[in-house]
Amino acid sequence: MSSAVEKVIAGDVRTVARLIRDIDDKIPGVRDVLKALYAHTGKAYVIGITGAPGVGKSTLVDQMVNHYRHQGKSVGVLAVDPTSPFTGGAILGDRIRMQRHSLDDGVFIRSLATRGHFGGLSQSTRSAIDVLDAMGKDYIIVETVGVGQDEVDVVKSAQTTVIVVIPGMGDDIQAIKAGILEVGDLFVINKADREGADKTFNELRQMIDMGHEKYEDGKWKPPILKAEAVFDRGVTELLETIERHRDYLLKASQGNKLRKNKERIREDLVEMIKSRLIQEVLDHMSENDRLNKAVDAVMDGEIDPYTACDELLLSTLRALQKDL
Amino acid sequence: MRDRKLRVMVAKPGLDGHDRGARIIARAFRDAGFEVVYTGLHQTPDSIVKAAIQEDVDMIGLSSLAGAHMYLFPEVVKLLKENGADDIVVVGGGIIPDDDIPKLKAQGIVEIFTPGSKLDDMVGWVKANVKTRTD
Amino acid sequence: MSLTYSRKIMDDIRKEREKWERTLKEVFSITPQRLERFSTVSDQEIKPLYTPEDLQNHDFQRDMGFPGEYPFTRGVQPSMYRGRLWTMRMFAGLGTAKDTNQRFHVLVNAGQTGLSTAFDMPTLMGYDTESPRSKGECGKCGVAIDTIVDMEDLFDGLPVDGITTSMTINPPAPVIWGMYIAMAEKRGIDRRKIGGTIQNDMLKEFIAQKTFMCPPIPSLRLITDTVEFGTHEVPRWNTISISGYHIREAGSTAVQELAFTLADGIAYSQAAIERGLKVDDFAPRFSFFFNSHLDFFEEIAKFRAARRLWAKIMKERFKAEDPRSWWLRFHTQTAGCSLTAQQPYNNIVRTALQALAAVLGGTQSLHTNSLDEVLGLPTEEAATIALRTQQIIAEESGVANTIDPLGGAFFVEALSDRMEEEALAIIRKIDEMGGMLSAIEKNYPQREIADAAYRYQRQIDESIKTVVGVNKYATEERLPVEILEIDEALEKIQIEKTLRIKMERDNGKTGECLERLGEACVSGKNVMNPIIDAVKAYATLQEVCDVFRGAFGEYKDPGIY
Repeated sequence: MSSAVEKVIAGDVRTVARLIRDIDDKIPGVRDVLKALYAHTGKAYVIGITGAPGVGKSTLVDQMVNHYRHQGKSVGVLAVDPTSPFTGGAILGDRIRMQRHSLDDGVFIRSLATRGHFGGLSQSTRSAIDVLDAMGKDYIIVETVGVGQDEVDVVKSAQTTVIVVIPGMGDDIQAIKAGILEVGDLFVINKADREGADKTFNELRQMIDMGHEKYEDGKWKPPILKAEAVFDRGVTELLETIERHRDYLLKASQGNKLRKNKERIREDLVEMIKSRLIQEVLDHMSENDRLNKAVDAVMDGEIDPYTACDELLLSTLRALQKDL
Repeated sequence: MRDRKLRVMVAKPGLDGHDRGARIIARAFRDAGFEVVYTGLHQTPDSIVKAAIQEDVDMIGLSSLAGAHMYLFPEVVKLLKENGADDIVVVGGGIIPDDDIPKLKAQGIVEIFTPGSKLDDMVGWVKANVKTRTD
Repeated sequence: MSLTYSRKIMDDIRKEREKWERTLKEVFSITPQRLERFSTVSDQEIKPLYTPEDLQNHDFQRDMGFPGEYPFTRGVQPSMYRGRLWTMRMFAGLGTAKDTNQRFHVLVNAGQTGLSTAFDMPTLMGYDTESPRSKGECGKCGVAIDTIVDMEDLFDGLPVDGITTSMTINPPAPVIWGMYIAMAEKRGIDRRKIGGTIQNDMLKEFIAQKTFMCPPIPSLRLITDTVEFGTHEVPRWNTISISGYHIREAGSTAVQELAFTLADGIAYSQAAIERGLKVDDFAPRFSFFFNSHLDFFEEIAKFRAARRLWAKIMKERFKAEDPRSWWLRFHTQTAGCSLTAQQPYNNIVRTALQALAAVLGGTQSLHTNSLDEVLGLPTEEAATIALRTQQIIAEESGVANTIDPLGGAFFVEALSDRMEEEALAIIRKIDEMGGMLSAIEKNYPQREIADAAYRYQRQIDESIKTVVGVNKYATEERLPVEILEIDEALEKIQIEKTLRIKMERDNGKTGECLERLGEACVSGKNVMNPIIDAVKAYATLQEVCDVFRGAFGEYKDPGIY
């Protein structure tokens, strides 16, 4: 076992931080470490928090961390912020609202940028979750802005997914309906002191009653909670509801480890294959400049894009077969 | 080897709330393609260092406009060393008298940017002088 | 009566203007104009020439009128500087209370008529010097105040019943004010006799300067407590200095500075009225504090528009009847953010122009920055040059001879109208958001300012805007300027002083006072008298502030970038 693996298991912050960076930067050697770490994963409980910008997710996460710490549980937080599609840069500011925990050794907070890679976000986040899991964190909270398929996929790697809304979001609730309603295990109406909280509650209730088919046997109907995260109101209830959902999942899984049930493993594996495949193919194509050449060729009318695609893909797959 | 993305932290140590410069530089770094972890105001050196390690940044940019830089900046460098993270480059900016600059540099603050520094020059400096780690 | 002319004359003016424009076009076709686009420092586009056509809807009586008369465009007093010059109020504070006291004596001896106190960061944030969070900050950008003893040392030998004192303090404003009142009372001076100003403007802290203690709602409650207390018990005191200065320093435009400041004023007035105070009882004690930035005419227009807009707000919105409630009296400070570290002596000239704009805009008091403020704390010599700058404007230049000398200038009037109109649009937007508290919660002003600041910086970087000595006419050499250094040993001395006071005081009594303050926080009773009792019993600044933090919670930077 490599020293990096040992250090992660021992909870070494620097090693964990660097490993997550390697995952994010897609350093090839990282896979060996992840392989070795896998046996040490499966103990943590993963909670996904998602919702539109400005609904107060980071503040809610900050309070949740505080509560878990009072319960003596250790916590890992992965806060995902979008990468600018124009510059490739990102300002990662979720941490600001959680900085009070920075001196607490029982809390590890990491900001991640979406980096806009093809489905790679969810893969790297999943791997980062594995690392925090192997590090021994009891709870891992993943916070994302709930837009785009990538982020929905991230949320799917959580056992309990919390969708945060605020009163008076009318159109945004429609957006949730179109996108991530079905992945929500519970809903939080934050800033519930604001006007329209009851209306939002009723709208959500209606939408869940109509459209929710995630748990067909009807055993878990997503509850809707009200909270004012800034004042630490409703957070205790949120944590209790998460525990109820956890108990429900445990019963439903008949004693299997939550992170390692068959469905989850299948989903993770498919996700891994997808992301790996795209990565390898694109890497290969850009490494020897073949993608650029093909683009020029199409541009100059020397070839049509369909033929270019066939040729590129076939030759790449052949080359990769030798490599892998 | 794939190119690593440069990760930097912009931090305001101490009680001074003048964050115009810090916020502008955070945006400029983002526009230069860096990932910028912004800590917000009123941070202690300790909380900055712990955050920088968890975030695995390549550089910390400290901003101070209220005169406490002679204590706060070196304290960050010292704590990085104590935590085995002195490979993280520390730079500073703000209202720093000329006389203090050599003293700060002697204590491990690699570069100081004073008022009037151009954003592009600062970005250029980071690109030229801050390397992502290679191991 | 209209400022403009008959239809016939207007027609002639239009024809002549069109002719002139054709000529101008020809001239520029040979030699193109200097810039593609001319704009103010806030990026408002400016035309090459203003004529009576720009004041078609302008009415002399309604929009300009006379000094001392509604809507006060031309000044709040009928006599303006013919009666009395503006107060030359230089901000000072450094090191310990005893050090600043010495500086105060120097300033008073040099002819200054009002004192203005700068506090160090721990004091501004409500921490004692001994707090671990204060490490390295004692006395660095102002004076350190831990207890009433420091307040007594600060004003030792100064006639607190004869001078007015301005104190730039925000989250702990009720405490510092309480210490000042207690200090005066211990000298036997009635609280009704003392005069001065506390900044006490938390809304602009959330928006711009970011000195925080409690969240917005309880912060507003504490401010309203001071307004109520001042109205009944300290009638000569300005209880809030509603400040645009810091909004501008954070990078806003001139219009944003104007709009956000007046919107803050609306929020404070609303809160006081909801407390049951009558508008004419408190509004005359509100004062304002603006920035005077680089763009000469834009600033003058801003000050004129501010007076007119506030008068309308007070009269029409709040139904104030006392003319003094309509007055927007303001202090001005030249723009710290416009000073350059490069070629620092140029700062004297920048400051002089900004000071001139403030005077032409009709300010009631003025602080001129010292040339070295961008490098550190001002030296005595630099502070003297800054004060002399004001004296030259006042007594040599002749600009104080005539009231509102630029009134009636087509450009200045048109720009004043435009500033008012644009500021009003922003105020309406804030109203629609449910007022300034909700706007702050939605981070609206914070985000607008951040955007404007970034835009301006980019314009400087791309040399669209010129900064002499920085992006144009730059030189390699750096002129040596003497810098004032604060002795690091001060921190230890100050900590020991406070510890000694804490050891000698009657701890039981201090504790009781703090407990009563805590009860007032919860019950909603006015906190001022309990504060005065507590500081008289030698409670420290932080001990009092910790009561607030405990009762109301702490506010954290939401980090809008």
